[in-house]
Amino acid sequence: MAEVKLLGFWASPFSDRVIWALKLKGVNYEYVEEDPHNKTQLLLQHNPVHKKVPVLIHGGKSIPESSIILEYIEETWPQNPLLPQDAYQRAMARFWIKFGEEKMATICAVFRTAGVEQEKAIQEATKLLKIIEEQGLGDKMFFGGDGIGLGDIAFGWLAYLYEVVEKVSAVKVLDADTFPQLHAWIQNLKEVPVVKENLPDHQKLVGHLKRRRETHLALLNCHN
Amino acid sequence: MAEENKVKLHGMWASPYVKRVEIALKIKGIPYEFVEEDLVNKSQLLLQYNPVHKKVPVLIHNGKSICESLVILEYIDETWKNGPPLLPQDPYKRAKVRFWTSFVEKELLENVLLVVRSEGEAQEKAIKVVFEKLKLLEEGLKDLFQGETHHIDGENMGILDIVLCSLFGAHKAQEEVLGVKFIDPEKFPLLSSWVTAFTEVAVVKALQPPHEKLVMVYQFLRQKALRPSAAGVEVKEGVYVTSLSRSSPF
Repeated sequence: MAEVKLLGFWASPFSDRVIWALKLKGVNYEYVEEDPHNKTQLLLQHNPVHKKVPVLIHGGKSIPESSIILEYIEETWPQNPLLPQDAYQRAMARFWIKFGEEKMATICAVFRTAGVEQEKAIQEATKLLKIIEEQGLGDKMFFGGDGIGLGDIAFGWLAYLYEVVEKVSAVKVLDADTFPQLHAWIQNLKEVPVVKENLPDHQKLVGHLKRRRETHLALLNCHN
Repeated sequence: MAEENKVKLHGMWASPYVKRVEIALKIKGIPYEFVEEDLVNKSQLLLQYNPVHKKVPVLIHNGKSICESLVILEYIDETWKNGPPLLPQDPYKRAKVRFWTSFVEKELLENVLLVVRSEGEAQEKAIKVVFEKLKLLEEGLKDLFQGETHHIDGENMGILDIVLCSLFGAHKAQEEVLGVKFIDPEKFPLLSSWVTAFTEVAVVKALQPPHEKLVMVYQFLRQKALRPSAAGVEVKEGVYVTSLSRSSPF
């Protein structure tokens, strides 16, 4: 079988998605840790347009962009399907994956703001999370239905990264009382062995995001 | 046709996102009913079918609604397997097509709109960015087409052709309104010959609004962004009330 390599970054949720998908499919791969401040020739060669991780390299062919990689993995290794068979259900999954990607920055804006701006950001994030919970997840156990699918993988950052974002930003948005279904989903997702065993170190992530937030706020103060 | 199999498309004549879906439906030979939406006074149906974004296009099939143009294109490809495929079979080729489609959507379209909505120094900056992105696309096309001429006709237009067409099908109108030539055969020979090819496809030609209407659309978008009162745009309850949304399709 052709060699599979993943260029990733330990703190990147986009990287984690690909790891989960590969592991759920039982695909063996070599992981290469990239430093975003010191990009390797390999990365620049395999993602010349965006120069970002993750990049999947399969038999020498490079596939960048996590959502595109996820579809590639699903199509190349059909075992343990992560998308439904039915075209309409697949469209629904893709709709919510797209929604999550487009709204991620807004949901995480609490991280880049303070004071009045942050209060506004909390309100916006709450609105969007409500839409995701009520219309995306609904009564289902997972976005994918009874079992984990690409939708859950794409929203996975809500289950572990967001609590770190909240912690370092000194806010609470995704609380259990306001979002009971999302909370239940988070608990269920964290119990899935592939997810449980492949989460970045919590403390390390806290330290990393704390430093990033300080940089953001310093920049904000420069402009004020 | 049985009610359940009926295909309806809720759209608006000036929307390039809606155009994408129409091209795909026609290429696949899928009969459909077009429902023109007034985007200022959105119908109850639209709000019911697309509660999250409240936008067009929305495809209704078997009584169910599918939203977001790119999601709709993939749905069409997977549901109507007879007729030309909108994506290649091979997973790696599919990944490449999706990559460049995403690039056109996120990197090119956004920046072209920025050029439309700005002036002076800000516009010059935006124009520079568009040219940089076009250069990347031209390089990408070389890899995608692998040195062969990419022959396009009504039988083989795919998702990337459709999305690029929805952006640059109106390139002559863009040129006239913006005074800048993006589809320049000297700078971007592959891209230019590709754009020329798909604007000649019968299905695209039939769906393209007349040049004067397209010029009007771009002029309106520009005025709305730069001089809203001059554009005859009234803000009513936070919504732009315009004549554009009520003009007839052709």
